[in-house]
Amino acid sequence: MFDLDTWQEILDTIRANKLRSFLTGFSVAWGIFMLIVLLGSGEGLSHGIEYQFRDDAINSIWVFPGQTSVPYKGLAPGRRVQFTNEDRDEIRTGVGGVEHITSRFYISGNLRVRYRDQTTTFDVRCVHPGHLFLEKTIITEGRFLDDLDIKELRKVAVVGVAVKKALFKDEDAIGKNIEINGVAFKVVGVFRDEGGEGEQEKIYLPIATAQRAFGGANRVQQIMLTTGEAPLEQTEGMAKDIKHRLATRHTFSTEDPRAVFVNNNNEEFQKFIGLMRAIRLFIWVVGVGTILAGVVGVSNIMMITVRERTREIGVRKALGATPWSVVGLVLQESILITSIAGYIGLVLGIAVLELVSKGLPGTEFFRNPEVDLAVAIEATLLLIVAGLAAGFVPARRAAAVRPVEALRNE
Amino acid sequence: MLRLEGVDKSYVTGRNRLHVLKSVDLSIEAGEMVSIMGASGSGKSTLMNVIGLLDAYDAGSYYLDGELMKDLSETKAAVRRRNLIGFVFQSFNLIPFKTAEENVALPLYYQGVGRKARLKAARHYLERMGLLEWASHRPSEMSGGQQQRVAIARALVAKPKVLLADEPTGALDSATSQEIMRLLQEVNAAGMTVVVVTHERDVAATTRRIVRLKDGRVEHANLELADV
Repeated sequence: MFDLDTWQEILDTIRANKLRSFLTGFSVAWGIFMLIVLLGSGEGLSHGIEYQFRDDAINSIWVFPGQTSVPYKGLAPGRRVQFTNEDRDEIRTGVGGVEHITSRFYISGNLRVRYRDQTTTFDVRCVHPGHLFLEKTIITEGRFLDDLDIKELRKVAVVGVAVKKALFKDEDAIGKNIEINGVAFKVVGVFRDEGGEGEQEKIYLPIATAQRAFGGANRVQQIMLTTGEAPLEQTEGMAKDIKHRLATRHTFSTEDPRAVFVNNNNEEFQKFIGLMRAIRLFIWVVGVGTILAGVVGVSNIMMITVRERTREIGVRKALGATPWSVVGLVLQESILITSIAGYIGLVLGIAVLELVSKGLPGTEFFRNPEVDLAVAIEATLLLIVAGLAAGFVPARRAAAVRPVEALRNE
Repeated sequence: MLRLEGVDKSYVTGRNRLHVLKSVDLSIEAGEMVSIMGASGSGKSTLMNVIGLLDAYDAGSYYLDGELMKDLSETKAAVRRRNLIGFVFQSFNLIPFKTAEENVALPLYYQGVGRKARLKAARHYLERMGLLEWASHRPSEMSGGQQQRVAIARALVAKPKVLLADEPTGALDSATSQEIMRLLQEVNAAGMTVVVVTHERDVAATTRRIVRLKDGRVEHANLELADV
């Protein structure tokens, strides 16, 4: 059935009905084009969301202190909660599933950072070595803080690339001493961060050293931890456990919404993943709907074609065409048109996505739209099936044409 | 060549039953040129369709080339048609977007003949019809007589056993009609069995035997021209 002569016949009929074939093809090409653009946009949205999460670890829980808002055990509301090193130790050893944990201590007052005759102001974060994983800090030279720095109260610092550029220009930073509010620290590492310019204007110090040097005692402002591969429910349990332990230690009600804030980023991320799934599903539904509209269009036009060609089909049958060869004629024409048009739509859709991807700067919400090959192949398969489906009803009708009626003199 | 014995056919439309062919007996020998005449409604078109395997019949038997043609599936009927019967229609029924030679070659396409051989045969038959120089023209560029000659070439190209012509001159002026009938006579003289369905006396007169149908029955199986 798929011999050269059959194709010759089909090409002849397509050529004989250029406008009709074009319109048919256009509706299919448009359908596929829209599907590809929609799918690509979905990817773009998805990438945008991933981009928003690029800076910090997704599988993390951040704990901030607050103020009590309900009376508890005879204590009036409005008390400030102050985290300490012991809180961190309790969470680290008591809560199951903690992967990396760090506290943050901020030095109070204005900070002057000096290297030789250069003096500027930078944000200083005093942290544990585990902080590396929470901020997804990328070390470009030297090393990050380690446990020995904490244990031996070493006066070392890790600086962002922006800091290095401002203080050292083109000089090597590793091994040089900088002064922070008059205390000398030796630079042991340089880092960069995907979080943008601001995140690279930071200096990291070992928390124990900084607490000692800048009068922090055992106070910390923030505790952050990662939860490893733990599933969402388990991390929710961890968040709860953390709150309970802190409530016991600082004597506030576990029902108090403002005493501490335990932000589980897993939840946030899960929400976004859920949102993404919904968007993707929506896009597929719309896309498939668009293709279906195309299919119905093709089917309609083929139906009209069959009606228009009733006489011709009658002649063919009188000349010895079997019903199956008539079905083949109509079906193959339908498949040929949908395949070629679909391919054109596919290529155009991908071209548009490429242009957008190259030409438009990525934003917070939309970046790098693309479709993967598997989806493109799925779409193509869908199209061939669609072509079959579109041609089927008209083909059946064509095969049922009775030569007697078709040839009856008008 | 073809023999009908007690062929019965009726059409059912809604509650009405139209008995079109009533026990038709007819025999046509190989090499004959027969015209089937009758007023409209006499059943001659239905008879033509039964003979041409375009329509089924209810009762009786129809033998074509010695084989019983009864209760054929559409596919089987199609295969018999392509090998045994050539059609010429009143309104030519050429395919408008195909050239003359492509139209003539079409039956061979359904016989599975290769494109080159098809077109060669098509040109041969067009030459016989005196239309070789029109081979690459489309039907719309030709006169009615020319189109009907192309149709005759198409009916002959597959070397059928019987050529069935349904009012072949119905759409033509009298001069062209004569020319077409002369061509059919020539085809018959070359050995082809020719059956012409017509209501025109002049056309029937060019055949060697006239069968007259009336109310679905064969009134005369061999009518003298004088009696028409």
